[in-house]
Amino acid sequence: MASRARPLNLTALALAALLLALVAGPLVAVAARGAGLSLGPADWAAVRFTVMQAVLSALISTLLAIPVARALARRRFPGRGFLITLMGAPFLLPAVVAVIGLLAIFGRAGLLNQTLASLGLPVVPIYGLQGVLLAHVFLNLPLATRMILQGWLAIPAERIRLAGSLGFGPAETFRHLERPMLREVLPGVVLVILIICLTSFAVVLTLGGGPGATTIELAIYQAVRFDFDLSRAAGLAGVQVAICAVAALVAWVVVRPAGFGTGLDRDIQLPAPAGWRREGDILALLAAALFLILPLMAVILRGMPGLADLPASVLPAAGRSIVVALVSACIATATALTLALAVARRPQPTIEAAATLPLATSGLVLGTGLFLIVQPFTSPMSVALPVTILVNTALTLPYLYRILLPEAQALHAGYGRLADSLSLTGRARLRWLILPRLARPLGFGAGVAAALSMGDLGVITLFAGERQATLPLVVQQLTGAYRMEAAASAALVLVSLSFALFWAFDAGGRRASA
Amino acid sequence: MKAKLLAAGLTVIAIPALAETPVLTVLTYDSFTSEWGPGPAIEAAFEASCACDLRFVPAGDGASLLARVQLEGAASEADIVLGLDTNLIAAAAATGLFAPHGVSATTTLPVAFDDPLFLPFDWGWFAFVHDRTKLPEAPTSFDALAASDLKIVIQDPRSSTPGLGLLMWVKAAHGDRAADIWAALADNIVTVTPGWSEAYGLFLEGEADMVLSYTTSPAYHLIAEGDDTKAAALFDEGHYMQIEVAGKLAASDQTDLADQFLAFMLTDAFQSAIPQTNWMYPAVTPAAGLPEGFDAFRPAVSLLLPADEAQSARDAALAEWQAALAR
Repeated sequence: MASRARPLNLTALALAALLLALVAGPLVAVAARGAGLSLGPADWAAVRFTVMQAVLSALISTLLAIPVARALARRRFPGRGFLITLMGAPFLLPAVVAVIGLLAIFGRAGLLNQTLASLGLPVVPIYGLQGVLLAHVFLNLPLATRMILQGWLAIPAERIRLAGSLGFGPAETFRHLERPMLREVLPGVVLVILIICLTSFAVVLTLGGGPGATTIELAIYQAVRFDFDLSRAAGLAGVQVAICAVAALVAWVVVRPAGFGTGLDRDIQLPAPAGWRREGDILALLAAALFLILPLMAVILRGMPGLADLPASVLPAAGRSIVVALVSACIATATALTLALAVARRPQPTIEAAATLPLATSGLVLGTGLFLIVQPFTSPMSVALPVTILVNTALTLPYLYRILLPEAQALHAGYGRLADSLSLTGRARLRWLILPRLARPLGFGAGVAAALSMGDLGVITLFAGERQATLPLVVQQLTGAYRMEAAASAALVLVSLSFALFWAFDAGGRRASA
Repeated sequence: MKAKLLAAGLTVIAIPALAETPVLTVLTYDSFTSEWGPGPAIEAAFEASCACDLRFVPAGDGASLLARVQLEGAASEADIVLGLDTNLIAAAAATGLFAPHGVSATTTLPVAFDDPLFLPFDWGWFAFVHDRTKLPEAPTSFDALAASDLKIVIQDPRSSTPGLGLLMWVKAAHGDRAADIWAALADNIVTVTPGWSEAYGLFLEGEADMVLSYTTSPAYHLIAEGDDTKAAALFDEGHYMQIEVAGKLAASDQTDLADQFLAFMLTDAFQSAIPQTNWMYPAVTPAAGLPEGFDAFRPAVSLLLPADEAQSARDAALAEWQAALAR
């Protein structure tokens, strides 16, 4: 039995080793250029602030996502599918675009404060910790909702039917079905969002209101670009990875498999209690939809006017971005699936760590380190796009892994023995068991990975040559040349393409699983 | 379809073929090389006379240029670094990677500037830009600004060159009072952005009354958009300057071409491209003069700390700034 798992496990371990090398290599390369690691009091203040805002952002996003996900899971209404798809959008917005969208609603001159002012009420300031949290919840609530929703949908129909025939009310349903499911899903959700917010940079600085809101990533920027103190940059990046590792360890200890067993895939609707619970669900859905749609509408409205006369460079840049996104999404999906299947068979901390840590690396240190590694061998410009693909693959893999892991575990628990006893292995197992059973999370995960790769600036700024700009880089160049209207339009193109890629994968996955 | 996609992918990833003609590589900031920057016009003009291939390599923004130079060290492919500013010159000179330019040219800068390693190509004054339809009477000094309840957006000196320029402006104008000025400004500052474009975007969205930019910013709106509502507030204590310079790398293997480029840099062909692409003052006013709007906001007093002073004052000024603004 064990021998059949060996090739999978060996591949997974090799991939994990590669990922760890990709995280550690650049860090070492950067540290090697400096001498000694020394972090000052300002650095530690940045570390404290970073952890504080990340923990708050992760907890708030996750807690708010639970009622929204539950309402989506148990209610049927027109536009439900659209709302679920739309949930992908904010998460895929480049940070700067998201900030502009949020400010159109919550800023000093935004819709909310204009309304308050016209009613003679005091304005609500967005700049400060509250703004940082608002933006992080806006960006991550949808991701949390989607991940938790997957958990709800994965509760086998037989369990729900049994609960119904035992006369479970909402309280018993929560205790016996929903609570174990949440126990399994939530640690991963909190972990992913925590790590995303740990490395957040532009959002925190723009909305943070001043140097009090200094994150580790900004301190790294300062160290590299301002002081050219590479050892301090490496030290800070090391601290960031260490914090992430601790968080991953905590999540790993806390998580408990729900142990629902497997069902026969009967389509069943979760019980939808009436009364105040119904109104509560409606309220949760309305609030979430408004909160997500208004800033998105603002982004669309700002981008429309300039669409007609976009600069010519947008088109080739969009082409490059799509190629990068598709290639890195394919590699990341295959890698994440391998890792998740291996861990589902047997928990392995090494693989878990390798699949989580890339998220915690500082983009700047990763880019700088790769630059130092590549430079002795070839011109960094000549490998700009392959390096971008490699980095995007590594950076999007953790999301994919988190999305796939719970379902891969359920798959293994439910079908592993049967498949083994039928000697269903290798390609046949992939084709007849794994791909059909995991189509939905695979589609969702690949969509997230592709769209994130589209929007990611990452290392391209260090490597890009004269005619290698990707779409996010073009947006950045436009804003740097006063062309805010053209930038808004190019950003709209970027967001639309990201969303189209996401939708294509996500809808494909859902169709394949139906 | 598949084949097309693959072809597209390969073209995109393909390594640029090596040209037969000599290549002069100029490392510069992104917005210089973009299609709406000065890069394309300058490339065409220089290549018409040099029998060479002029290649611009974008390296992020101004602040990351120096880091890039240090990162590449003597192994750099670049021959010229273009786009460092006066606040970075001392650090750049200390790397020992630059060679004397040997050009003795008269520039039209409002202050004397003579550096053996770095040659200026354009310059500007930092200023707070506002909309005069919303703010007809702009403050005329830092004290007046701090006393008002106007809201401003500034850039972080740790990640942006204008942000660092403002730090030096307050220091150069007010010396020991700099910390008090920052403390008084704290309640005017809406937020501090990572770069110029975020701050300017917030200002245009109406998030602040004024934004730290350049005296030439209103000229962009006037010329490119036909909008004359933007103005720069002139301060009595004077305005700090940003002088952008270029230098030749000692390790260059195209020394003659590099010298040729630096000499070309101060001719009309280069300089006349600057105002309406980089939106700065050219280092040598072209024969045809300056476009409209460039004379609208000219401060009486120009401030500039010498490179070594700017370098030595930086860390203390930054600590002052952080202490005053950290809440």
